[in-house]
Order: sequence, then C-alpha cells, then structure tokens
Amino acid sequence: MLSRIAESLFWIGRYVERADNTARLLDVHLNVLLEDPWVDEPSANASLLSVMNCEFETPVARRDVLATLAFDPERASSIAWTLGAARENARRAREVISTEVWESLNTTRNQLPRWTASARPHEFFVWVRERAAVVWGLHSATTSRDDAWHFMELGRSLERADMIARLLMTRHFEGTSGPNWTTLLRSCSAHEAYLRTVRALVTEERAAEFLLVDRLFPRSIAYNLQKAEDTLGLIEGASNSRALSDRARLALGRARTNLEYRDVRAVLDDLPGQMQEVQRACGTASDLIRDRYFLPASTVLWSQEAL
Amino acid sequence: MTADQHTPWTGYQPVQAWDEAVDVHGKVRDPYRRVYHEIDRMSGDDLYSRAEALASTYLAQGVTFDHAGEERPFPLDIVPRVVGADEWEIISPGVAQRVRTLEAFLADVYGSQHCVNDGIVPRRLIATSQYFYRSAAGIDPANGVRVHVSGIDLVRDQHGIWRVLEDNVRVPSGVSYVLSNRRAMSQMFPDMFGAMGVRPVLEYSQRLRAALTRCAPGDIDDPTIVVLTPGVFNSAYYEHSLLARTMGVELVEGRDLETHNGRVYMRTTAGRRRVDVIYRRVDDDYLDPVAFRPDSALGAPGLVHAARLGNVTIANAIGNGVADDKLIYTYMPDLTRYYLGEDPILPNVDTWRLEEPDAREEVMDRLDELVVKPVDGAGGKGVIIGPKASRSELDAVRAQILEDPRGWIAQPVIQLSTVPTLTEDGLEPRHVDLRPFAINDGDDVWVLPGGLTRVALARGQLIVNSSQGGGSKDTWVLGGERQRGVKTPPPESRVELGGMDAVPQAAHPDDVEHGQQQQQQQQQGEPSC
Repeated sequence: MLSRIAESLFWIGRYVERADNTARLLDVHLNVLLEDPWVDEPSANASLLSVMNCEFETPVARRDVLATLAFDPERASSIAWTLGAARENARRAREVISTEVWESLNTTRNQLPRWTASARPHEFFVWVRERAAVVWGLHSATTSRDDAWHFMELGRSLERADMIARLLMTRHFEGTSGPNWTTLLRSCSAHEAYLRTVRALVTEERAAEFLLVDRLFPRSIAYNLQKAEDTLGLIEGASNSRALSDRARLALGRARTNLEYRDVRAVLDDLPGQMQEVQRACGTASDLIRDRYFLPASTVLWSQEAL
Repeated sequence: MTADQHTPWTGYQPVQAWDEAVDVHGKVRDPYRRVYHEIDRMSGDDLYSRAEALASTYLAQGVTFDHAGEERPFPLDIVPRVVGADEWEIISPGVAQRVRTLEAFLADVYGSQHCVNDGIVPRRLIATSQYFYRSAAGIDPANGVRVHVSGIDLVRDQHGIWRVLEDNVRVPSGVSYVLSNRRAMSQMFPDMFGAMGVRPVLEYSQRLRAALTRCAPGDIDDPTIVVLTPGVFNSAYYEHSLLARTMGVELVEGRDLETHNGRVYMRTTAGRRRVDVIYRRVDDDYLDPVAFRPDSALGAPGLVHAARLGNVTIANAIGNGVADDKLIYTYMPDLTRYYLGEDPILPNVDTWRLEEPDAREEVMDRLDELVVKPVDGAGGKGVIIGPKASRSELDAVRAQILEDPRGWIAQPVIQLSTVPTLTEDGLEPRHVDLRPFAINDGDDVWVLPGGLTRVALARGQLIVNSSQGGGSKDTWVLGGERQRGVKTPPPESRVELGGMDAVPQAAHPDDVEHGQQQQQQQQQGEPSC
C-alpha cells in the first residue's frame, strides 16, 4: 500500500470517528445544560472547549460552542470540517476504498449545508451518528481485511479511545455537577450493555470500570487501545522494522495497563489527569505511526547519473 | 408523433447543419427511431426530472469537474447520441488506420527520419515543433508502441461525412466520462439498451490493462503498473482514479515515486516496490525535472533516464506531441499513403498552412469567413471563428499570424452535425463532435465502440470543449446484437439446469412451525363458522 494512501485511510478513520464522538459529546453537554438547574453555562462551555483543545473568548455562549464544535466548516474542531476532511481524504484514496464507502462520505459532505445552526442540534447529532454508522457498515461489508482495512481501523480505534477519554473529562467541568454516569453510559451507547453485563444499578465505580477497562465492550478505552495495538501487529511489514511501530505499541500498552491494573477508585480520584494521559498516549502513538509508515524513510537526493 | 399532441419533439427543427436524428423533411433517421419514440411517449416534465436525476447521481458519485474552483456535476445530456452499425464500420477501421499511421510516423521521427529524407514532411516542421524532444530520441519502447491510448476527434460535416478534426496522442482524456455516462444512462433507459443492441464499453479498462501489461520492459510476467496523476486538484483527477480503480492498479503522484540506479520505485508502507509500467497522465514537460522543467513537482526525477535504460515503460511515450501538432495533421493523408500504402479512410478537414505564403495570402483576405487555430492549442483555446469574431479580434489575430505564421492554421467553418439536446426551451439541435478512443497493444488497434460525444450547450456554438462550457452525451454504437447472439447458451444447457432440484432455503424452525400451526388452527376453526 502506498504510504500516501495509507495516511489518507488512517485519517478517514480518525475523522469519521471524531465526528461521531463529537456529536455524542455535544449531545451530552446540551443535555446537562438543560437538566442542571444550577448550571453556570459560560464556564461549562469554556471547559468543554478547553477539553476539545479549542481557542475561545470568555464568556462562551452556547452558540459559540455549537459553531466551534458542530457547524462552522472553517474550524478544524467542528463536525462539519471533520466530515469534509474525511471526504477529501477519501477522494485522494478513491481507488483504494470501495465505491459505496466513497459515495456515503461524498453524500454526507453534500448534505452538510442543509444543517445550519438554526436547526435543532439534537437532530443534527443523530444524523451525524447515523452517517458515521453508514460509513462504518459499508466499510466493514466491502473492504478486504488487508492494509486498507487495518489503517482505517487503526485510526478509528485510536480516535475512539481518545474521544472517550475526553468525554469522561466532562464529569469534572467547572460550573456544573457534570453528567451523571447513566448519561455518560447512554451517550456511549453503553447503558444496555452495562445493565446486561453488571446486572446492577449504575454505580460510579462499576460504570467507570465499564467504560474504562471492559474487555468486550467496543466503546471502552482499554478495548480500543488493545485493538489499536493488535492492528499495528497485523499491518504488512510490521515485523520488518520493529523499532518505531513497537514504540507506538509500547505507548498504547502502557496507557492501557495503567488503567487496567490500577484500582478504579484511584483512577476516579484523578479522572481528568488519567484521561489526559490516555489522550497523550494516543497522540504519541499517532506521531510514531506517521514516522514509521507515512514519511519517507530517508530524504532522497537526486544527483546526475552518468549515461 | 400526432400533430395535435404536445410531445418533447414538438417544435424540433434542424438548422442548416446535418442533423443526426431528423432529416430536412422531418423524417426520423433509422438509428434514432427507437430513441425518438421512447422520448415521444414521455411528457416534457418527465424528461426534465430524469435529467435532474442524472445530475444528482453524478454529484453523489463525485463525477465532477472543477469549474472556477467549484465542483460541478459533469453535464450529461439525457438524449443519447446514436451511431449506426454501418457508420461504425467506417469509423472504427478509419481510426485504427490513423493510429497506425501516427505510430509509424513517431517511430520514424524518433528514428531515422525517412519521411524527411523522402520529402514527405519538411525537416524544419519537425525541428521547430515545440513537442519534439531530442531527449526522447534514444528511447525504444518495449513492444514498439508509443501511442498506447489515443483519442481521435471526429466531426460530421454538412453532408454527413465523418472527418478527422484533431489527433490526440499525448494524454487524451475523457474516457472515464464514456464509462460513467453509460452507467448512468443504462439506469435511466434500461429497456432501450437490450432492444437496440448497444455495444458495451465496459471492457475498456481490461483492454487498457492488457495493453499496458504487454508493453512492460523485458520479460516480466506480472508487471507492476501504476497510473501517474498530477494530483487531486487536477481537473481530470476523477478519470485518473477511475482508471486506476477499474484496472486494479495503484494511482500514484510524483512524490510517491523514487528512482534508484535507473529503476523506478514507489514508496509503500512495506518499503520500496519496483514499478514496471507507468501510465502517466502528466504532461511531458512536468514528467521529469531533470530532463524537462526543473521546477516541476508533479513528476519524479530520473524517470526519463530509467525509460532510456529500458527499465520502465512510460505510456504514452514521451515526445508524442510532435505527431498531434495541428501542422503535422495536414500531412496525415500523405503519411498514411507513405507508411501504410493505403488511402485514408477518414478524410481531414481542409486546412491551410499559414506558413506557406500563397495560403497565407488567400486566407488573410477571408479571415472573417474561416476558422483560425493556433497549432499547439488544446481545449479550444485561442480558436477564432471568423463569422462570429469582432473586427478587433480579427485584427489582433491577423497581426499574430503575420508575426508567427508557423503557429497558425486556417480551416473553413464546418457546420458540425447536430443532435437533439435538452435545453431550457425543450429539445433543440446542438452541435456535437465525437472522440473515439483507441488502444494499441502492439498487435492490434482496438477502438472503443462509443466514445465521448461532446456537445456545445449554447445555441449555434461550435466549440464543444468542456472547458468552454460544453456538455457530453452517451454515445450508443449499434450492432451489438450479432456478437451477443453467439454468446447465448445452447438450449440444452438450460434444460439441464431446469432439471436440477433447487436447494431449499433454511429458516428458523419456530417460524416455520408457527406458520403451520396457524394454518391448522385456521383450518380447524373453519367448519364451526
């Protein structure tokens, strides 16, 4: 697989997953603003934007949050931009991805302008999640499990681990008591799975455990870190040059075991710090993957050859 | 069409050009009969809604081109253009003959130049051609093919005679629109295809791949083929990716390629991989910063050197531009006789070479009734149509011609044939040309049955290039029935298949039982009511 194409696939995976999770995150946030009577909205908004690493000017209005994270196609943090970028990457890798996946991404991008800030945001978020599901479904049904699949899955699982870590940070926002664990589980589509697995009412430790380290649920952080590690091992030629890809796996493995082998209470007591660790690990792994697979091994200088 | 009923055809009136659907007496020509009646049964609104559906599928599929920085759906007209089987019997061998001539000419020009020594083509004509590259002279293509893919532009004049307007043997584009137009139109008019026996175009990609495989250097069994594109911002990017996808090969950009020791490699996630054949869609000038433009970032340094060593085949070959020069065009009939010993099947359009003083003198007086074209122009750029040009335009072009007579040719205004086209005012005749595509695999020249029909969407407009606001039509070549007839299986095989027992489809046992129970319950309940 061409390095340039692999990079595009990796980013399609990340962008689509990011759009999906940003929609979930915003949905939770708006829900909290509605339900919490003592909410200090500007500081809650500011916390959200800082978790998403966006610049902002205080006080932050709800409109600003929606523009920054959902609708403004000029800002790299917004869902609109992300979906557009996913489509541009798909265009670059057009001959590698299947026609169905391409058309779903292209149609998504074409329909974006219909959703303006004035529409009810919740419907927009539902639509975004649906479109992401369409992309993933078609991707899964039409892609050979070769490197094309692996790079997209790699991007997807890294992004998902990162975004769930960001979502859990909303528990400790300024100016609000934060979403309760039931809401968090619901926003990860995890509530029913949790009830079936734990067979008990939602308690803080159990819920946190489920979202952090459950080995079977596809939206727990540990599951996705593990999956990214495994995928790295499946990529063709991974065994040839061990150093860089292994360092990526090292970063992911360390973050995962840190969660798995630590008492859940200890994680909860330092939730923002621990979640930032996860995000940093994902960032490091992403950089190492780029160095290993997407950049030229050495800069080739051309000099005149004798005929 | 009954006189009192309003159909899409009401008011359709051919202009002075040859109309391919309807003759001067309003009688429908044979090949169009079925298309005519199909449309006749529709209402005008139906026709428009189908046209809209076409545009929206193109937008969803991303069949677009960049127009002023904006992605637009490639305009495809709802009315197909039909070419009868008898006409294709002229076009197909005519195009193949033309390609064979061009091949022979190129081999000669970059070889011993017999045509110059024998006085067929003046030497200065080749020496002054801006597309004649001395650096391409030593490169011998692996199986002798230089024109792997060509697009020969044809027009039909007032008398219905097909003529060659232009040869394209550098990087002819547009074939992807032939393929996607067909896909879209077959969904729009499914029943017409089978009934009319339209010849299929889908095999193009396999043919191209086979031709590229055969031109691989040395005795490589399974060569690595790549399509080289300038990048995602190129207006033909859709075509590049479609060809790569349907051939099942990699689409590379210049930065994906490296050359080491005269061999070409592409950078992959698993290291370097050797490349044997490059189907390049990058112009000569940009192909290799070492040999040509040093500022080019679109090619890869060292490509030409690798090709010269015979380690990689570049298709189409470098330096082909010398053959599709509009001045060489005027020599094509002579060259056909010279190389092949045959008379040209498809005539040229009469052309004056303005570097010849007599011709120049004659043309200068009649500029307002002729078409003048720059010899190295493409995409309809710089073409001045005398009868439509203003005084100042004519004066300007006159001065340009006197300054550089080598750079211009003149032709009579050809009223291109017209085909019914859906416009805002209903169906109207619009001028069209045809670009059939030919693939040369070294043994045989295969002409794609169909080709890109470009249509000038504005009334009376004679320039059909899409960069000048032209559209396209799906081109249906008839006469596919005989070929298909051979392939239908003999009747006994169908009998055999019918005699076999079908394998039952399983279902959840509860569901089946439940159905039976329900049935029984219903039957038991019957007598009592």
